[in-house]
Amino acid sequence: MARISARTSEPGVVTTAPLPSPTSPEAPPRGWHRLSMSQKQVVWAWGFLALPILFYAGIRFYPTLDAFWLSLTDWNLLRPARFVGLENYARLVSDPQFWQVFNNTFAYLLIGTPTSIVIAFVIAYYLDRVRFMHGLIRALYFLPFLTTAAAMAWVWRWFYQPPPIGAINGFLATFGIPAQPFLRSTEQALPAIMVTAIWAGLGFQIIIFMAGLRAIPGTYYEAARIDGLGELAILRKITLPLLKPTTVFLVVLSSIGFLRIFDQVYNMTTNDPGGPLGSTKPLVLMIYQSAFSSYEMGYAAAQTVVLFSILLVVSLLQLWILRERT
Amino acid sequence: MRTTLLKAGLLAGVGLFAANAAQAVEIEYWQYVFDARVKAMDQLIENFEAANPGVTVKHVTFPYADYQTRVVAAHAAGRGPDVVQLFYGWTDNFVDGGILQPLSQEAFPHAQIEEDFFPIVTAMKREGEYWGLPTAVRSLALFYNKDLFEEAGLDPESPPTTLDEWVAAAEATTKRDGAGNMISAGTTLDMAGQDHHWWREVLVRQFGGEPYTDDYRTVTYDSEAGRAALEWYTDLQLEKGVGAAGFMDEGQAAFRAGLAAMTIDGTFRLGAFRSIESFEWGVAELPAGPDGTRSNYSSYFANGIGASAEGEELEAAEKFLAYITSEEAMEVWLETVGELPARREVALTEANLADPIYGPFLRGLEYAHTTLFVDEAAQRQLIIDATNRILLQGQSPEAALEQAARDEQALIDARN
Repeated sequence: MARISARTSEPGVVTTAPLPSPTSPEAPPRGWHRLSMSQKQVVWAWGFLALPILFYAGIRFYPTLDAFWLSLTDWNLLRPARFVGLENYARLVSDPQFWQVFNNTFAYLLIGTPTSIVIAFVIAYYLDRVRFMHGLIRALYFLPFLTTAAAMAWVWRWFYQPPPIGAINGFLATFGIPAQPFLRSTEQALPAIMVTAIWAGLGFQIIIFMAGLRAIPGTYYEAARIDGLGELAILRKITLPLLKPTTVFLVVLSSIGFLRIFDQVYNMTTNDPGGPLGSTKPLVLMIYQSAFSSYEMGYAAAQTVVLFSILLVVSLLQLWILRERT
Repeated sequence: MRTTLLKAGLLAGVGLFAANAAQAVEIEYWQYVFDARVKAMDQLIENFEAANPGVTVKHVTFPYADYQTRVVAAHAAGRGPDVVQLFYGWTDNFVDGGILQPLSQEAFPHAQIEEDFFPIVTAMKREGEYWGLPTAVRSLALFYNKDLFEEAGLDPESPPTTLDEWVAAAEATTKRDGAGNMISAGTTLDMAGQDHHWWREVLVRQFGGEPYTDDYRTVTYDSEAGRAALEWYTDLQLEKGVGAAGFMDEGQAAFRAGLAAMTIDGTFRLGAFRSIESFEWGVAELPAGPDGTRSNYSSYFANGIGASAEGEELEAAEKFLAYITSEEAMEVWLETVGELPARREVALTEANLADPIYGPFLRGLEYAHTTLFVDEAAQRQLIIDATNRILLQGQSPEAALEQAARDEQALIDARN
């Protein structure tokens, strides 16, 4: 409150405080009229802010808090919720499927985020120098980002099919490489799905990186070149450090995206969701199945709380690490 | 039409007089969206409203993916339907959750139900009461591609009748390219489709075992017979190479595309396969086991009465349920949706039995079993996983099945 009132009143005080109240020259000011202009501005500001805050509290914060409570119950949508203490969490810890899903989720995060950031940077770095059909190329990279994840997942799903219909296997066959199982393999399925997720998010990251690159003043580069610095040194000493805020933003965003991956996995493995043998199942899919296939809302809520904590810790950790080193 | 209707009304113990006496009552009927089903139900509602002035039926539909959640959520909010369609496998959940009320024995006498309907209707019985009745039932059969049979030198008019003949036909129709890649499968192998039912209720029995105890509360497929059945199934890919899990993504897609000579699927697939124009296909009974054992898996959507219906609405709901499970309604359903009538008398007519498409499915109903699932998706997953452990990780059928049986038992125990 204090911060908002300070901010909103600052410009107001200077210009409006000296003015006399125009509405009530004689009668003593009452209620609304008794407020000074700057106080009125504060009231207005809070009035406008209250709506989204209430809305958010109702549809975001309340359900979030409720999920914490649900995770301590055995609610299944049908029977009234019964308090079971930490039973759901105990079950989670002893569920081998949960640990597999936990590992999968971190595999998506730890391989997906750095890979996508590096690829996006390299493309943005070189695309920034390309003048020929620059707009078209940039649009082509951005296109997947505009496409529905479900539709893309289905197209990739067919790309990955075994012969005779799989496009990728058909391509491999022309070079005499034996057909790969891709989605039908416990080792290849997760990377295969991750590739599609990286590809889908690449366009957005490239655009942001390019905006970051453009924001670095050209004079720095000129000065560096005059001083005789090589391209690599320029990249290391100027481009990367000055791009840090952009990188932090993208790393955090991409990490959250990979931790919450669902669409691609679900759509590419609908017959055996998260399969084969659970090798591609992320936490969100497990939550979905517990909640809307088995109707174990309490158990699903416990998983949600775990996901929430992971997201919170990972986001805070990244912000902290990447900020410390600047 | 009037007489059939009257018969249905009498059978239900509700005279048509009651209909005239009733004041304007509106009841809600809920089912999931599937074009043919919605169309058939609209027609049934129209017939019912014409015969029962004063009763209107509001037809509410939801996409299948959220259907169950919607019913459960509406019940929690106290706004449930009066008559609701449910998969027989959800009965436990719906009864435990208090979504349904038992069908009154006056309106729906048990002896009558058990005499008129196929025996699988008993899957709707809990605590000595019936909680719903089906309009139509589904069973499995063997679909085969006549063109591929002919191409392989097989007689397209005499499909395989035993498992051995079936394997021979699959071997004859499998095609591979120079690199050894399958380009057309002898059979589809898709545990995520109907194969898990085929294995559970048919193959296990044909190899001399029982999948569960009679009450479906104890898993018994972890036996010599169960192992033999699973090994036989996985060997179709590993040893005989007549099919491959994941070929063409889904079994039904492979068959539809004309790239699989045979597939095992249900009545509900008829609609999709009827639009096939590029080849001729036929339907046959599921192949018999080595000792001649035949079995089938049957399932159905039943219609139950919502727990909140009472008074006039309950009366109207009972009348409506009696109508949509009457002989007349079943004929409409067979014609529009293509699903088999749940009453023996309507189903087992000479014309139906002689029908080249319905015949094999109907014969299958006579000896079909209906698995009482506690969580069908989760139980299916365990069989998919057991198969994948053998196919992808080289686990022995023995170990794979042992784990599946242990996990499934734990799942069943947790729900009791």
